[in-house]
Amino acid sequence: MPTDISEIDTITHDVIVLGAGGAGLRAAIECSRQGLDCGVVCKSLLGKAHTVMAEGGAAAALGNADKRDNWKFHFRDTMRGAKFLNQWRMAELHAKEAPDRIRELEAWGAVFDRTKEGLINQRNFGGHRYPRLAHVGDRTGLELIRTLQDKGVHSGLSVHMECTALGLLTDGGRVSGLVCYWRETGRFVIFRAKAIIFATGGFGKAWRITSNSWEYTGDGQRMAYDVGAELMDMEFTQFHPTGMVWPPSVAGILVTEGVRGEGGVLRNSEGKRFMFEYIPERFAPETADSEEEAQRWLDGDDSSRRPPELLTRDVVARAIYNEVKEGRGSKHGGAYLNISHRGEAYIKKKLPSMYHQFKELAEVDITKEPMEVGPTFHYAMGGIRVDHDSQMTNVPGLFACGECAAGLHGANRLGGNSLSDLLVFGRRAGLGAKEFIDANPDLPALDEAQANKILDWAKAPLMRESGENPYVLHDELRDAMTAHVGIWRDEEGLAAGIEVIEQMRARVANVKAHGSSQYNPSWSEALDLDSLLLCAEAVARGAKMRQESRGAHSRVDFQGEREEWGKYNIVIKKGDDGQMSIERVDRGEDPPHLAKIARATLEQLEAGDV
Amino acid sequence: MSRQRTLRVWRGDGSSGQFEEYTCDVDEGMVVLDLIHQVQKHHAPDLACRWNCKAGKCGSCSMEINGKPKLSCMTRLSDYEEGAVIQVQPLKTFPIIKDLATDVSWNFRQNERITPFTPPQLPEDGDYRMQQVDVDRVQEFRKCIECFLCQDTCHILRDHEKKEGFVGPRFMIRVAQLEMHPLDTVDRIPATRDEYGSGMCNITRCCTEVCPEHINITDNGIIPMKERVVDRFYDPVTIVLRRVFGWGKRA
Ligand SMILES: Cc1cc2nc3c(=O)[nH]c(=O)nc-3n(C[C@H](O)[C@H](O)[C@H](O)COP(=O)(O)OP(=O)(O)OC[C@H]3O[C@@H](n4cnc5c(N)ncnc54)[C@H](O)[C@@H]3O)c2cc1C
Ligand code: SF4
Ligand code: SF4
Ligand code: FES
Repeated sequence: MPTDISEIDTITHDVIVLGAGGAGLRAAIECSRQGLDCGVVCKSLLGKAHTVMAEGGAAAALGNADKRDNWKFHFRDTMRGAKFLNQWRMAELHAKEAPDRIRELEAWGAVFDRTKEGLINQRNFGGHRYPRLAHVGDRTGLELIRTLQDKGVHSGLSVHMECTALGLLTDGGRVSGLVCYWRETGRFVIFRAKAIIFATGGFGKAWRITSNSWEYTGDGQRMAYDVGAELMDMEFTQFHPTGMVWPPSVAGILVTEGVRGEGGVLRNSEGKRFMFEYIPERFAPETADSEEEAQRWLDGDDSSRRPPELLTRDVVARAIYNEVKEGRGSKHGGAYLNISHRGEAYIKKKLPSMYHQFKELAEVDITKEPMEVGPTFHYAMGGIRVDHDSQMTNVPGLFACGECAAGLHGANRLGGNSLSDLLVFGRRAGLGAKEFIDANPDLPALDEAQANKILDWAKAPLMRESGENPYVLHDELRDAMTAHVGIWRDEEGLAAGIEVIEQMRARVANVKAHGSSQYNPSWSEALDLDSLLLCAEAVARGAKMRQESRGAHSRVDFQGEREEWGKYNIVIKKGDDGQMSIERVDRGEDPPHLAKIARATLEQLEAGDV
Repeated sequence: MSRQRTLRVWRGDGSSGQFEEYTCDVDEGMVVLDLIHQVQKHHAPDLACRWNCKAGKCGSCSMEINGKPKLSCMTRLSDYEEGAVIQVQPLKTFPIIKDLATDVSWNFRQNERITPFTPPQLPEDGDYRMQQVDVDRVQEFRKCIECFLCQDTCHILRDHEKKEGFVGPRFMIRVAQLEMHPLDTVDRIPATRDEYGSGMCNITRCCTEVCPEHINITDNGIIPMKERVVDRFYDPVTIVLRRVFGWGKRA
């Protein structure tokens, strides 16, 4: 029976930002600064978004810790880390604007660790040529989100917390609103706006072993896809090399790359420092080839090259996976990561939450013994396709930024490049929304039939007499994705994965949420399944299409990068028949002024020749 | 560890409720939050409980476990005697929404009362400068994950009558953090006494004991703030000097 929409509360703002992580808050602050009336909607309480978990730091070529650094090096590192599949312009903007975004945070109250000169200190991280990550111990995400939260509170934002978005509304192709429900009461609410910015994060909860929180179900990707937005690079899912592996209940929880940045060393069960065996050709000239050289670099010798533990994440994750597979894994199936040689005081100062995490959850004292670590699903490089400068999607009025958007990280993201991404492109999305609203100042109409369709879908799991248990279905999906769409992929496994997903779709349509609509986790679990399935399918199909191994996407049956595939990004959208349509999109010519920098040697860049 | 564990959970809303027991299989290394998830999956799918990071970083999963305010994601089952029932209930200081979820919005309103950080003009070269030693204390306070366990345990806030007069330990350290920030230019001492209610704290240190971030809330935060208030308002010599020489707040 159709609901009488006039009985549902309606809240109107100029712009709605969906998501209160770093990207959402930065976008909202920008909207307010531009004079827009801005509402922020988020699933959890303010300050609890995924961003709060970020540990290691935010990458920006401030040049504080090493004077030689500048945007060109950061840009080159980002392009190379991404295996040249990211969007040139986004990588350029990111590298150029990140330093200002970090300084701005400081002016808003963030307190980063300092250099001896009293400037913002920077640490080393995988794939970054120079120490580049502004950080606060190993709780940088907390610093970032709290700073933005406190700034936002005084910027005139309206924050609607514990409010979950279910679907987007459109008016003549342009977005017009969002249907949501309040977690506390289960009541529906409709937000109307002239522009909507998605900052909803990733979808790691489709995998068994993951560093991601319950919020990471890919809602934004699903809602955008439903109204015709394109998804891009979905096959590139980052497995972080170092998640906890023991005890089982904490498997997947992240061990920051900061451990390796501070000198952590990886060894296998034979005590061998195995990363020296896995240095890719492209990085060989820039990587130490002996333990002695790696040690000299750690001691601050500028002329020595970086230890192989600091190679990009895709490389290190595959190496650990391989060591375990070949029988040289640690006791519980990982690798040993040791930082104890840095001494207790240093570790407690630089990595305090890692110290506590291991002490309290695994009874391991990392100042004395090694940690056991292994790959964990961590980050979605792919997501909603956006315009480089404005962050607008192909759906007018709909913007996306942060982890839910695609383009900056290509085939592999460098550590620390996400937090800076949130700030740079969060701000740009706010500016983009302002520009769009200036050109389209009218409030679009509310389509009641569309709203009713979303409401019916949302109410169904509660209304059904009986059906499957959403928690159990979610578990099954996670196991299937880890088994078939994991760190190594092949044709057969991917096909099997897609089949499981297709079978599940019918079962999800029959899922039952017990209890009332008030603060009911099984209801939200039931509704999340559609988003998880959509993202899972897009990843599996993209991975099946891309017949090569590049960055985070590794095919056993197509090893190595194929030049041909370097010319395309894979784009997915809802076809006219309602089925998922998938195509290769030509990247076009490399912009010569940027390609020159990205493909230069370090010597050329350091000499200022480029 | 035994393969099964019994959890006693408070079920109900703001008006009524009772404890209910559920028994589930458990695995090595599990925390209380894992057990709650087992209960949701196998027995009570609509059991309300907040959580996000499951790693002690977000401060969402606060509750009272066997009467003590704790993060359920950082409390291991092995901390409790084998075979003993573990009892969980919502934070007592805040109104119950449902089961383990409470309405903590009061805290967000306290934060809004605090004047935002206000730095001086940026130096010519575009960089503020601060020495690490000068920000160590500030960083200690900024570790706060807003779990509100300290707020829950503070007897002043538990006594609802007094709640409007005191922002509570969490926001006392937020003010202390701003006050001790080398760049902040706002005089926060009058508001600390008059609006945030520093005088109400009688230094029982219960807040410090429950802080999962091991922030020394009382000794490093509240006591120094109380001293600054006393210096300013009750020491005639300081007051006279300040008038005569126009001393700044950190004189
Ligand atoms: C453990 C860990 C450590 C990390 N460390 C680093 C690091 O050191 N450096 C780095 O650069 N990156 C790091 N990352 C990655 C980085 O933290 C994330 O990519 C980034 O924080 C994502 O930010 P965001 O703003 O895009 O989304 P989030 O912070 O995840 O916010 C998403 C928001 O969207 C809301 N939302 C989602 N769906 C809905 C819906 N349906 N309705 C309403 N609201 C919704 C959520 O409530 C939330 O507010 C780390 C990640 C993890 C997991
Ligand atoms: S020390 Fe003060 S703030 Fe802390 S619990 Fe006791 S009375 Fe409350
Ligand atoms: S001060 Fe400690 S106990 Fe209080 S809210 Fe912050 S982290 Fe929690
Ligand atoms: S779930 Fe984040 S602190 Fe427990």
